[in-house]
Amino acid sequence: MSAAFEELRDLYQEVILDHGRHPRNHRRLADADRSAKGDNPMCGDRVEVFLRLAPDGRIAEATFEGRGCAISQASASLMTELVPGRTAEEARAIGRALRTLARTGVCPDCEGVVAEAMERLAPFAGVSEYPSRVKCATLAWHALDAALSGEGRATTE
Amino acid sequence: MSDARALERPAGLDVAAIRRDFPILSETVRGKPLVFLDSAASAQKPRAVIEAMVQAMEHRYANVHRGLHWMSERTTEAYEGARDAAAAFLNAPDRDEIVFVRNTTEGINLVAHSYGRAFLKPGDAVVISAMEHHSNIVPWQMLRDAHGVELRVAPVTESGELDLEGFEARLADGRVKLVSITHMSNVLGTYTPAERIVALAHAAGAAVLLDGSQAAVHRKVDVQALGCDFYVFTGHKLYGPTGIGVLWARRELLEAMPPFLGGGDMISSVSFERSTWAKVPHKFEAGTPAILEAIGLKAAIEWTTALGWDAISAHEQALTDHALARLAAIEGVSILGRAQDRGGVVSFTLEGVHAHDVATLLDRQGIAVRAGQHCAEPLMQRFGLDSTVRASFAAYTTRAEIDFLAEQLARVRSFFGARG
Repeated sequence: MSAAFEELRDLYQEVILDHGRHPRNHRRLADADRSAKGDNPMCGDRVEVFLRLAPDGRIAEATFEGRGCAISQASASLMTELVPGRTAEEARAIGRALRTLARTGVCPDCEGVVAEAMERLAPFAGVSEYPSRVKCATLAWHALDAALSGEGRATTE
Repeated sequence: MSDARALERPAGLDVAAIRRDFPILSETVRGKPLVFLDSAASAQKPRAVIEAMVQAMEHRYANVHRGLHWMSERTTEAYEGARDAAAAFLNAPDRDEIVFVRNTTEGINLVAHSYGRAFLKPGDAVVISAMEHHSNIVPWQMLRDAHGVELRVAPVTESGELDLEGFEARLADGRVKLVSITHMSNVLGTYTPAERIVALAHAAGAAVLLDGSQAAVHRKVDVQALGCDFYVFTGHKLYGPTGIGVLWARRELLEAMPPFLGGGDMISSVSFERSTWAKVPHKFEAGTPAILEAIGLKAAIEWTTALGWDAISAHEQALTDHALARLAAIEGVSILGRAQDRGGVVSFTLEGVHAHDVATLLDRQGIAVRAGQHCAEPLMQRFGLDSTVRASFAAYTTRAEIDFLAEQLARVRSFFGARG
């Protein structure tokens, strides 16, 4: 890592760089029960989130497609790892907590069911230093909300 | 300018002295000296502009064209003085051909709405190019959808220049009544061959609007030499304030065009049955205008004129050549647009790193660049790109700033690591 950017570690931590470079579950899901597209008109980033649901309604599998910056790719990638096995309400609660964290840098509601997930999403607190980048971090989670609600499309606007 | 004054002026720009004119350039950003390479989005303001506006507010301010009192008369003189300055800036033959608008976008909308609806018939066509800013696309789409004109797009070559053969082909059937094209691309830096465009368009019976938002900031503009019918530019990219721009049009066109907005100051008389319009240019300046901003624009025009357009252009040309050479030497950098005739705007991508990540990493070093689609989404699609990084240069930009950009870009690449 270059010394010049040491101070950026607070945002571009290894986990974000890693997931940004090598996003997990980055594919279309052929047997998806739900899907939704997310647009960030400001920067042109687009993602599409695919969900397969278990018989009890929990999320069985999540994948995504799309291109964008390291922040948006890492956030989508981590999301696909964090939501399987959870109910829609739990997944939404993580999304809400992430949005608070990205906007404010802190997360007073990061206890309880979301605590474990939020530990992995903690690097996104660094986004709060860059207000124009908050939408990059939250885009996939907006699309997740839309998919869970049965809407086809979400926008960060 | 007299020979004596030309001799007094040094051949090049004294950039250190120029930088002292800009209070903001001594600011720090995230603990680092500001390296402002986003002047194409909006330029910083010299003390002359700031002080002219403050002086007006402190000593000479009232509404214009109405008060029968000393302050209003002085303010009207200053406001109308800005019109004289703008006319001289464009070498317009007649000061009444200068219409103050809010910005380039408003100027183009004025022409689309007023000229477009009055002089274009359904079935007529408008030609733009594939390298337009959204401000020179959307008003014509609105005219197309409301008025039934056809919108044609002249192609751009792989090197980022206007495809003149494609342009001519779009004029061939004689239905084109207006050509509206950028004078310099805000993404590619390309200067379009304005005189050639005007000659071809006029021969085909079409009027020409040139969008000078970028061009007017980097070179001397002479509307009589260009031969165009409309020219639009904005003050805030010309070291002036926001909220003020200029539409220049031939007097006979302005006189024939209906008003754009209705209200005070643009009328000759008003009754509930009918109103009559003021003479040009006031017919197009409804409501209290941007008085302070016009005064600021005048100061900006005087400031650039005193530096000299030849010197500004030569300085920026040298910076652009240097930037192109430095950036091209960085592994993974691809420069978008290789036009022969270009100004101080350089767009590029860095392999394996998204433009927004590049911008955030540079920002952390105090470097301000723009990243994204630059309000030119169709042009991005033309080149198959989601976004680019754009560095743009001004009279206050130094070679050392470009060297710093190049060094930091190389570090961004190593920070992200080469992606397979």
